[in-house]
Amino acid sequence: MTVRAIPGFGLSIGIALLWVSLIVLVPLLALAVKPWEMGLAGVLRSLSEERVLASLALSFGTAALAGLASLPVGLLLAYAIVRLRFPGRRILDGMVDLPFALPTAVAGIALTALFAPNGWLGAPLAAAFGWKIAFTPAGIVVALVFVALPFIVRTVEPVLRDLGRDAEEAAATLGATRPQALARVVLPALAPALVSGFGLGFARAVGEYGSVIFIAGNMPMVSEIAPLLIVIRLEQFDYAGAAAVGLAMLVLSFAVLLALSVLQRLLRRGRA
Amino acid sequence: MPKTGLALPRRALLAAAPFIATGASAQTPLTLLNVSYDPTRELYRDYNAVFARNWQAQSGQAVRINTSHGGSGRQARSVIDGLAADVLTLALAYDVDAVAERGLLARDWISRLPSNSAPYTSTIIFLTRKGNPKGIQDWGDLLKPGVSIITPNPKTSGGARWNYLAFWAWALRQPGGSAATAEEATARLFRQVPVLDTGARGSLTTFAQRAQGDVFLSWENEAHLALQEFGADKFDIVYPRFSILAEPNVAVVDQVVDRRGTRAVAEAYLRGLYTDEGQAIAAKHFYRPRNAAVLAANASRFPAIDLVTIDDVFGGWTEAQRTHFNDGGVFDRIYRPGR
Repeated sequence: MTVRAIPGFGLSIGIALLWVSLIVLVPLLALAVKPWEMGLAGVLRSLSEERVLASLALSFGTAALAGLASLPVGLLLAYAIVRLRFPGRRILDGMVDLPFALPTAVAGIALTALFAPNGWLGAPLAAAFGWKIAFTPAGIVVALVFVALPFIVRTVEPVLRDLGRDAEEAAATLGATRPQALARVVLPALAPALVSGFGLGFARAVGEYGSVIFIAGNMPMVSEIAPLLIVIRLEQFDYAGAAAVGLAMLVLSFAVLLALSVLQRLLRRGRA
Repeated sequence: MPKTGLALPRRALLAAAPFIATGASAQTPLTLLNVSYDPTRELYRDYNAVFARNWQAQSGQAVRINTSHGGSGRQARSVIDGLAADVLTLALAYDVDAVAERGLLARDWISRLPSNSAPYTSTIIFLTRKGNPKGIQDWGDLLKPGVSIITPNPKTSGGARWNYLAFWAWALRQPGGSAATAEEATARLFRQVPVLDTGARGSLTTFAQRAQGDVFLSWENEAHLALQEFGADKFDIVYPRFSILAEPNVAVVDQVVDRRGTRAVAEAYLRGLYTDEGQAIAAKHFYRPRNAAVLAANASRFPAIDLVTIDDVFGGWTEAQRTHFNDGGVFDRIYRPGR
């Protein structure tokens, strides 16, 4: 047996595993077991319905869009918080975390009121461009950006802080222009953090229910998200069917996160 | 003074100890849990106070009634999953049936109380913008081009199922009406629905506050509540000539009352809804009383319209649910692409 520098290895790993099992593994296992009550054919039939496929495509598509849309904004916010000094910086810093704290239903109702065709933003947008945001898939993306943004900011921020100004200054002394320094020095260093921030924001957005439900319009085949379909199946007392959609989301999310983690590793290796 | 700070709670605990002990052994305060659906909040707030007073006078026992509200289906599921409801007062028989299927109450619950175990009834009517600018008078007017209709999703809302079935029953009654023409008309209706909220209250918000839609298909009592809430100058209530008789059912949950020893009070609670006093409270909150005398006394609030029952048109809830709302049913077909 190897001697470890930190004592209490067995105890700490034991507590950690017990905790993870009780809170994460057992519920997930229950979810993974439930759908098979209806047999393999039943699960496949239940998942290959057009409405299920449409809702899965919608949930994952809008979550990916929201993650992508949050990337530049999140990066800019992190940059402003770390590198710039301006009055109200601390307030901005605090506001970034608000979506974590706010009940998502409150966010959903506020965003719907704002973007509805008679809302403060919805009315002028409709008048000027004919855009309809609330009660369309665009509204879903707006709600998901709201929940995903803080994840990007908070993962990029510490890496940017560690990077320090000196790397950019060194690039400048070697003759790089501002855009070159950003593109060749800052962004590559931040890329792994951006990927993991995207992954966290995406994962959070895929499962989001509370805020989306108010703004989506919930039309089958158009703006019906997969978590709503789970709720609908539960309303029909179809526990196994609900669990099947849940399991599909779990597997898809896991595949996306795994791919992102491989991408992150490649990016790190590329830099080393 | 840390010493007194410590001593006080201890003294308080000692003082309370005898009460806790007797409370546990002799007389636990009598409580009753009524698991209900969304729009009955105001009704049961009134009725609970009246019943508690009556029960105290009659039996000398104090009773506290807790009422839980939510979407009817979700409430039924909570009870199936273990919420200890003494009585159910839900939006439709199907949800009570779902609980009965799990063995929590007798399968024949519906015949245990008068009038299909539905002490009050309701129906589906229209709420339009003030002045009814689109001229919506009957179900057929909903299909006029340019009319936008707000209803919740029948998959998640009990009220929305009544909306759907009322329209279907109307379509069947049209000259040459059949299941095929009714399905066609219903598909057209839902193509004119821009937003499907999950519950009736959400839909009302969409209609009243987000200004979506020209007409809101509503429970009769919710429509009157909306007028009180948002002002009678904003909306008009329109009674179609024909609608469906919605019977929100009540039942005692046998397993729970037998375990908790609350059968007597739970049964009295539901029977009280059928008394003149209970019926008057229902009428006050715009639920149609079963009692003819109470109904006559409130005739101005409940215009007489032609009402069909779900048993007559659809052969009962189980059948209606299976044909229309289960996965792969008619409602799903409406949204299948390529239509």
